[in-house]
Amino acid sequence: MRLRRTMLFVPGNNPAMIQDAHIYGSDALMFDLEDSVAMSEKDAARMLVYHALKTVPFGNCEVVVRINPLDTPYGKKDIEAMVLGGVQVIRLPKTETAQDILDVECEIEKVERKAGIPVGKTAMMAAIEGALGVVNAYEIARSSRRLIAIALGAEDYCANMKTSRSESGEELFLARAQIVVAARAAGIDAIDTVYSDINNEEQLIKETKLIKQLGFDGKSIINPRQIDPINQIFTPTAKEIEKAMQIVEALEQAQAKGSGIVSLNGKMIDKPVLLRAQRTLDMARASMVLFD
Amino acid sequence: MKASCAGTLESGDIRIEIIPGGQGMKVELHSSVANQFGHHIKSILEATARQSGLDDCVITAVDKGALDCTIEARMRTAALRAFEADPDFYSLEMIK
Repeated sequence: MRLRRTMLFVPGNNPAMIQDAHIYGSDALMFDLEDSVAMSEKDAARMLVYHALKTVPFGNCEVVVRINPLDTPYGKKDIEAMVLGGVQVIRLPKTETAQDILDVECEIEKVERKAGIPVGKTAMMAAIEGALGVVNAYEIARSSRRLIAIALGAEDYCANMKTSRSESGEELFLARAQIVVAARAAGIDAIDTVYSDINNEEQLIKETKLIKQLGFDGKSIINPRQIDPINQIFTPTAKEIEKAMQIVEALEQAQAKGSGIVSLNGKMIDKPVLLRAQRTLDMARASMVLFD
Repeated sequence: MKASCAGTLESGDIRIEIIPGGQGMKVELHSSVANQFGHHIKSILEATARQSGLDDCVITAVDKGALDCTIEARMRTAALRAFEADPDFYSLEMIK
């Protein structure tokens, strides 16, 4: 199981941040070639991230690069450099249709074939940042076998919706719900948007609990200080692990006796409860808080 | 070929300027770790500059503790800007 509780945004033209990003404990790193890089520095950032991918050991972090859209002069060049650099995941910004994904996939495949890289090795992630993308979320989510996750980009989405972000987050309710349902239906992960006030940990925790409850796998972050609170919320507690183990054990014993249903502490245990318990244990193992 | 520069003076980076001409290649390095790593940094700058097709220029580098990969990336970017050329990452793969 690949954890994606936290995905740390790192500006692609900042060498100090790139080389240190993996030490903070984020599950994924996202080197950004798009919004955080000035037009005049796109070439420098692309070259810097390419060399970093080739030489810096990023530990267990999943390495993602956010490229520029294909309708800019930078998108194709970003894909070429990042695929040759060996990036694990290419993240496409402002995805509006399934065709956007297929166009990027086509460019990735061209580079893989030309360079002798196994076709399909480079995974993809789509950021949905507008109303059209939310409407098309399921078609986007199922558009390519390379797609491992879809993510919400709330700042652009709110601008597109002629609204702004609030602490309660009601303006994101539909987008979040649509994205997480689309991801689940397509069998991929759902990543929530950033929470940009790094000094407000209380609200970060509140928002993270909400998106976990909705079913998201994790959250994009902009500062290493946000890693621990989010990872903690997504990591099963000792009590949750113990309960999950009891459920699995009780159902295994029942199945051994020929029954598919059992009662534990007065509550009925059936298949959905078992699936939740198994996911808790998978999360606990991946989070290194449970060892077989 | 024209004068160019790449990189910044922020910690972990290196700023490289290229001035065309000078009868051969001359590298000037300013670094707080020049005593320990000056020779190593200069060798990366020179090798990368030659791979990038530079042979007659003055290269001035101000190092702020950059890793080897950053030195190489900034040198290549400065050279490409000097030649007003796009990078060929397939050729870079052959070098690496």
